[in-house]
This record gives sequence, structure tokens and C-alpha cells, in this order.
Amino acid sequence: MATEATQLREIRALIAAHKRWDHVFGIVGLLAMLVGVVTLLALILDMFIDGYQRLTPEFFVSFPSRHAAQAGILSAWVGSALVMLVTMFAAVPLGIAAGIYLEEYAPRNWITELIEINVTNLAAVPSIVYGLLALGLFVYMLDLGSSIVTAGLTLALFILPVVIIATREAVRAIPGAMREAAYALGATKWQTTRDHVLPYSTGGIMTGVIIGLAQAVGETAPLITIGALTFIAFLPQAPLQAEAPYISFQWLFDPFTVMPIQMFNWVSRPQAAFLENAAAAGVVLMIMTLAMNALAIYIRYRYRKRIKW
Amino acid sequence: MSSNAADFSPRSLGHIKERLIEFLLFVAALSVVATTIAIVVILVYESLGFFEHVSVWDFLTDTQWTPLFYNPRYGILPLVSGTLVTAAVGVLVAIPLGTIIAIYLSEFAPHRVREIIKPLLELLGGVPSVVYGYFALLLVTPLLQTIYPGLPGFNMLSAGIVIGISVIPYVSSLSEDAMRAVPRQIREGSYAMGATRLQTALTVVTPAAASGIVAAYILSISLAIGQTMIVAIAAGTQPNLTWNPLEGAATISAYIVQVSGGDLPHGSLGYQSIFAAGLVLLLMTLFLNIIGHYLRRRYREVY
Repeated sequence: MATEATQLREIRALIAAHKRWDHVFGIVGLLAMLVGVVTLLALILDMFIDGYQRLTPEFFVSFPSRHAAQAGILSAWVGSALVMLVTMFAAVPLGIAAGIYLEEYAPRNWITELIEINVTNLAAVPSIVYGLLALGLFVYMLDLGSSIVTAGLTLALFILPVVIIATREAVRAIPGAMREAAYALGATKWQTTRDHVLPYSTGGIMTGVIIGLAQAVGETAPLITIGALTFIAFLPQAPLQAEAPYISFQWLFDPFTVMPIQMFNWVSRPQAAFLENAAAAGVVLMIMTLAMNALAIYIRYRYRKRIKW
Repeated sequence: MSSNAADFSPRSLGHIKERLIEFLLFVAALSVVATTIAIVVILVYESLGFFEHVSVWDFLTDTQWTPLFYNPRYGILPLVSGTLVTAAVGVLVAIPLGTIIAIYLSEFAPHRVREIIKPLLELLGGVPSVVYGYFALLLVTPLLQTIYPGLPGFNMLSAGIVIGISVIPYVSSLSEDAMRAVPRQIREGSYAMGATRLQTALTVVTPAAASGIVAAYILSISLAIGQTMIVAIAAGTQPNLTWNPLEGAATISAYIVQVSGGDLPHGSLGYQSIFAAGLVLLLMTLFLNIIGHYLRRRYREVY
């Protein structure tokens, strides 16, 4: 009897020892996550402290300048907005169409397999390689120059895999019964896709599109490669003109700069005054991308809560 | 499968419309293949021009990369060493932290904690790389200099650490997906045998999700290799054949950024050299992607 009691005690001690490791790992896990969270906070705080003095209204409506105190980000944020517009119009229809094809239409054969391999492969190709592609293809072969349309198309190719993958996941999450119900009422494949599959997957697709655009807005390397300028003291031609035909697409072919390139240019300068500008531009850029990401997370959360199959 | 309506009136207008839409969607999907082909064709075409002037042997074995000198030499090794050292530092930061976070989120974290931490990690993944570069140059490097005063202002250590932090979200979220795909019964079997949570996580769940986790690691290596702006800002632009992360060195991508920032005449040797460097970078990531693809396929077949 006594031996049984000691055995039981030993086993209990053993279990307690093992459970202690559970607690230890719980703490290690929390610490590891803190590294990420603390970095995010340190990054935002550090930039804000360095740059908040420059965050005046003039900063947003001034062109870059040789004098750090007068320099602003007008041409950069206008450039970013226009490039994003082109990227969105190119990547969103193409990416959603490709995602729908792969999920709803594609037969199981080698062509489909080839497309799928290419999607995953392109998602891991470094962004700078897209820049080289654009330099050779858009800038010189198609002679589009270092323009807004070149930049927009480059970033569109870059985020295409993100949009495709998000579309596929969103479409896959819709139960087959929804499609069967539509077919049973005589709908064709496209009618089913257009009236049921697409509307139900809007939340997931929008989340992917916004995350992709947030990546594109912060992307620098491929745009430097295609020859974006760092010192632009004018705006692209306005899309609306006072004279007939009133609408102009000349802005597509104007030279440009974007937020991250402007920031890179200021970081690369030795003078401390320009580093302040870089920090201020960084704060604006961070707010832009974080807001887009937060919006994406929110949309996904909302849709996940609302839809119960 | 064709639609049912088509079976009633095969030649109707509706049927043609259906086929046309399917064809358009197919063309959209093919654009992905076209992109890959275009990347390969452009890089190979411009590189061929480069290798007419520089022999492949010199390119792969010369230890000097001085394309802008009067007497230029084109040995890719210094750029490759810079790329590998910064990527290695990054991976050494991202893989342990990312894996611990993944295990914690998948096996330990209460639902509430996960709901808060996952979006925060996603935000960390959404920070623009140029901002990370600023962070590496102006916050991490000065911090490291207080520990190791001899550290130069441009160094691969600080760039590598920040690359690692930027890659953590990818490692943690992909590894966590792989772990959560492990069926619940396998865990319960382990608990029934008297294993604790940590024992189950380390000896049952992690091995079962191994190929998915390794695929996440491989993606993180290829992201670290391709990372451009952090190294261009914080690691310097001087090609330097060294394996010491405390020194500064240019990477392949930093070279491309540095050179294309200036005015390169189209068709010049300097212009072609960025494509040759880009081709090396593409081949490195392509090799990793192929391994990753193979592993993912195996992992899909497990359950």
C-alpha cells in the first residue's frame, strides 16, 4: 500500500513537472508575440516622434525642394493615388476573373495545373524582378516610358496573385448547395456565378483586393527600377479640362513619383533635416497602409459574422 | 461541365454567351502564365546581351563587382554573399519567432488572444519595406551600436534582423494554417495517452504539419532573399565579399535599385548587368519555390 502511494506521488510530481513546461511555453509564446507587437509600436512611435513637427498642412500641399523645411509630399501622394487607380483598374477585374475561372470553370487538366503553379510561383517572385520585367517590357518594348500607366501596370502584375488567391478562397467557401439551388431553377453557369457566387464572396474578395492594394502602395523597388523620378515639382495633367473634349488621359503618360520613393530619397540624404521629412512621409505612408489593412480586417470580420450557411 | 440550359438549345444565343464568358475568364487566368513567360524572356534576353561581353565563368567566379569603374569587373559573388548573409540573419530571426508564435496561436492561445494578436501580426506584415528600412537604419543600428560600438552605420546585421521581423507574419500565419489543418482526433489521441499540451504540440502536431511548416520556412527564405528596400537603405551599397554580418555589403536587389536609380542608357552594359543580376535572383527564388511546391503537394496528400 505504501509503495502504491509513493508511486502515485511520483506520477503526480511528473505530471506537475510536465505541466510546468506548458506554463513556461505559454510565457515564451507571449514574449515572441510581444517582439512583433512591440516592434510595430516602436516603429510607429519612433517615426512619429522624429517627424511630427513636419506634419503641417503645408507639408501636404508643397512640392519637394532643396530646402528641407519647405519640402512637401504633394507630387508624391498625388502620384501614389493615380498609380493606385491604374493598378486597381487593371488588377481587380483580371484577378477576379482568373480566380473565378480556376475555382468554378477550370477542368482538371495540365493547363489548369500550369496556371495554378504559376500563381503560387509568381506570389513568391521578388518585387524587384517585376520592376525588371516592366523596364524591359513596358518602358522600352511597348514604349510607355517611365509613366504612371507603366507604374500602375507593374504593380498590378505584382498584386495579381494576391487578388487571385483571395478570390479563390472566397469563392471556395461558398457551399455547393448554393450553386445546386441556382442550377435547379434553370440558371446557367454564368448566371449562377454572377448572381450568387460573386455576391456571396464579395467580402472575401474585397479583403484580398484591399490587402493587395496596401502592398502596392508601399512598394518601392519595382518603381525605382522603371525609372520613377525622385524630384517632381509639378503635377500630372488634370483628368478634367476646361476645354473640349474636357476629359484628358494625358496624365497616364506623365512622369511621377510616389510616397515610398519620396521617403527613400529623403532617407538616403545625409542631412538630419531631410530625415525629419522622411519620418513625416513615413508616418503618412504608414497611416495609409495601416488604414487599408485595418479596413480589410474589419470587412472580413463583418462578413464572417454575418454569413452563416 | 456545361450548364443544363445548354442541353436544351445548344446553338442558342445564350449558349454562345456562356462559352464566350468562359473563354474570357480562361484568357484572364492565362495572363498569369504570360507574366511568367514574359519575366523569363525579358531577363534571359537582356542577360544574353550581357554575356556577349562578360564570360559566364568570370561572372560566376570573379570576386569583384565594380561595374561603374573605368575598368569594370563583373563577378556576382560579392552580391550573392551580401544577399545570403542578410537573408540568413533574417531567417534566423523569423523562423524561431514565427514558429513559436504559430505553435502558441494554434495550440495554446485562448480564442480572445488569437482574435487580437492575428490582426496585429497582419498589420506587421503590411508595413511598407521602405518604412522598415528607415527603422533599421535609424533605430535598430543605433541600438546595436550601443551594444557593439565598432558597428558601422551600414551593416548587414541590422538589415537582416529587420528583414526577419518583416517576415515573421508569413512564417507564423502559414505554419499556423498547417497546424490547424491537423485533425482534432490526432490531438485527442495524444491527450488520451496523458500527454500535456506542449508534448502534444511538439511531438504530435508539429511533425504531422511538418511539410506545411517547412513550405512556410521556404517561402520566408525566398522573401528574405528578395527583400530590397531594407538592405538598400540599411546595409549599404558597397559590394563586399564577406560572410561577416557586422560589415556592410550590397545585395543583388540593392545593386539593381542603386543602379537603376541613376540614368542608365538603354542597351549599355550597365543596363544589361541589372538583368543578369536579376536573373540570378530569380533562379535562387525559383529553386526555393520548386522545393516549396513539392512539399506543399505532399502535405496536401496527407489527410
